[in-house]
Amino acid sequence: MKPLINSLPETVFTTKVDELLNWGRASSQWYMLFGLACCAIELMQTGGPRADLDRFGAVPRATPRQSDLMIVAGTLTYKMAKRTKLLYDQMPDPKYVISMGSCSNCGGLFQLAYSVCKGVDKIIPVDVYVPGCPPRPEALTEGLLRIQDKMMRERWLVKPSEPVIDQSGVAE
Amino acid sequence: MSETAPARGFYTEEDMTISVGPQHPSTHGVLRFVVKTDGEVISEAIPDVGYLHRSIEKIGEKVTYHGYVPYTDRADYLAAMFANQAFCMAAEKLAGTDVTRRGEFCRVIACELNRVASHLISVGTFGQDIGAMTPFVHALRERETINNLMEEICGARLTYNYIRIGGVGYDILPETCVKIGEFLDHFEPIVDEFNRLLSGNKIFIERLAGVAVVSKEDAFSYNLVGPNLRGSGVKWDIRRDIPYSVYPELEFDVPVGTAQVGALGDSYDRYWVRIREMQESCKILRQCLQMMPKGPAISKVPKKFRPPAGEYYARVEAPRGDMGFYVVSDGSEYPYRVRIRTGSYTAMSIIDKISKGIMLADLIALIGSLDVDAPEIDR
Amino acid sequence: MDAPEIYASLDKLFPGKVSDLKAEVFEPYLSVDKNAIVEICRFLQSAPGFKFEVLSDLTALDWPKEEKIQVVYHLFSYAYNHQIVLKVDLPRDNPKVATVENVWKVANWFEREVYDLFGVIFEGHSDLRRIMLPEDWVGFPLRKDYVEQEEYDGISTQRAPLVEKLLR
Repeated sequence: MKPLINSLPETVFTTKVDELLNWGRASSQWYMLFGLACCAIELMQTGGPRADLDRFGAVPRATPRQSDLMIVAGTLTYKMAKRTKLLYDQMPDPKYVISMGSCSNCGGLFQLAYSVCKGVDKIIPVDVYVPGCPPRPEALTEGLLRIQDKMMRERWLVKPSEPVIDQSGVAE
Repeated sequence: MSETAPARGFYTEEDMTISVGPQHPSTHGVLRFVVKTDGEVISEAIPDVGYLHRSIEKIGEKVTYHGYVPYTDRADYLAAMFANQAFCMAAEKLAGTDVTRRGEFCRVIACELNRVASHLISVGTFGQDIGAMTPFVHALRERETINNLMEEICGARLTYNYIRIGGVGYDILPETCVKIGEFLDHFEPIVDEFNRLLSGNKIFIERLAGVAVVSKEDAFSYNLVGPNLRGSGVKWDIRRDIPYSVYPELEFDVPVGTAQVGALGDSYDRYWVRIREMQESCKILRQCLQMMPKGPAISKVPKKFRPPAGEYYARVEAPRGDMGFYVVSDGSEYPYRVRIRTGSYTAMSIIDKISKGIMLADLIALIGSLDVDAPEIDR
Repeated sequence: MDAPEIYASLDKLFPGKVSDLKAEVFEPYLSVDKNAIVEICRFLQSAPGFKFEVLSDLTALDWPKEEKIQVVYHLFSYAYNHQIVLKVDLPRDNPKVATVENVWKVANWFEREVYDLFGVIFEGHSDLRRIMLPEDWVGFPLRKDYVEQEEYDGISTQRAPLVEKLLR
């Protein structure tokens, strides 16, 4: 029997279900506009004409209910921390967080401040850290591509790797 | 037989309290308004600020004078050069340091480019808040060219740390001056593009004419500065009236609001002053490029900068108004107190008064026309 | 008008309430008695020849060695293009002064900030509550003897060890 490869026309391709799902999700990350400080301006410029985020399928959304990526751009203060957690909880699963800039990575240059939270990862889990003060648009785009790589590695239809043991103690 | 609904009388009229912010799609930063409205007309709009309070004033007591200049960038990141300049002017006056002439011209060039960039963001986001998405992208495109120029001048796109005590950090090369000239040739007709898209647009005019009028007495009592004050008809500009740097030698006009489409001091007047200021900045830049002398860009300043005890209040004309740095020194190498007074802080205090009786959508137009900026308010 | 003339006029009209003119410095200032600040401000705002329509700034300085907190008023006049600085000394353990909110409306927000960061109480203020920091913050940060709290709202304020060495 002829092998399937190279015998089907070019408009048909075979892939795994995991990759198809992940490719769809990674190519349409809708990010929530969570610009707090100076990095917000660079976030706007990254969504602007030259370094365009729309070509990766990433469009800005104002509400957390419609977004699956939260780009924390700017300094997080203690007054804002509770609201950040509230917004993160409102996002539907699966969700990702990019921490953009030094201030949200670790507190940035405001280590001596009394009202700045030293890093957004004290409050919400972060997937990708983008360094810079503020990061260039190319750096933020690289952060988005790393999230795409992370998404592509996820598995949805998995077999359990550990053997399932029933009540009588016999492995299946 | 008709059945009439029983008169239950549960239709009461009471205002609802909505919280606008702190996260919202407008780009003025993290501001929150607690708005009491009946659904359309506002009865009270109370601003709630402090979500970006980064304690920049307290940090001034813990780092040296030279080391504090990057922190002044973050006091208003859209007008970073002006904050740098105000702090350096205060420190230089306390210590009696001179600034070289070429350094002064480099400062003016950097500041006026920054003013154009800041007004582009202000006008673009103002249009976006009203609903016009296109001019925002045009403004970002122009701003990218200015960011390239800034990167050539000082290495950074947004937080520059360029103006240092005694002059500027790096000299402006002749190639950069040629590029600035080319940018000016390209940019001056673009302002006409903004006028076609926004200023002459009938929907824009109808939305802004007569909205949130600020009278002259209110502008004085609430200490509005900058384009907000000039929009109410007061011809006051720090560069003209309390001159500093080389502005006395430059020729430029000070635009004021003239009640073009509505009352004097409405939102359209403040917006129009900003458009005209962009054109005036282009004139200043051309004059500076011609008049720039040769020489060193920074004068010799000791590494351990220790001004004698005293205090000074330096003012500059930033895009959002008169930014004042009150520096108190006690003779050591750390400042004793640094106080930053910005135009947006006082502009927020008037919102409660002039937002009574306007509609919810007009509140957004009002905030955009006052051009408030979260880092300036909270510092 | 320059500072010595303003001082001379004020001394004639409000005897005993103003003192300590320092005119040779960059920003000439004069000290005002804390009970008379409101009437002097009202006079300076509207009197012909003075016309200080604008309160440019209202802030405070903390002098722990002299046991006082100084509230500083920067007044400016657009009509005559002159300025003056008024300073009011308050005892550090009980800093209270009357509000100038009825003279210049912008003093409302300036005084809230000074209350928030220094703890100065402005008597007669319509809405004296914290503005920059959260409502349940403890302490007045811009005082020189402020000690940070260990944690706020469940978030620890501890910094990385390398940074702890830089704190002075």
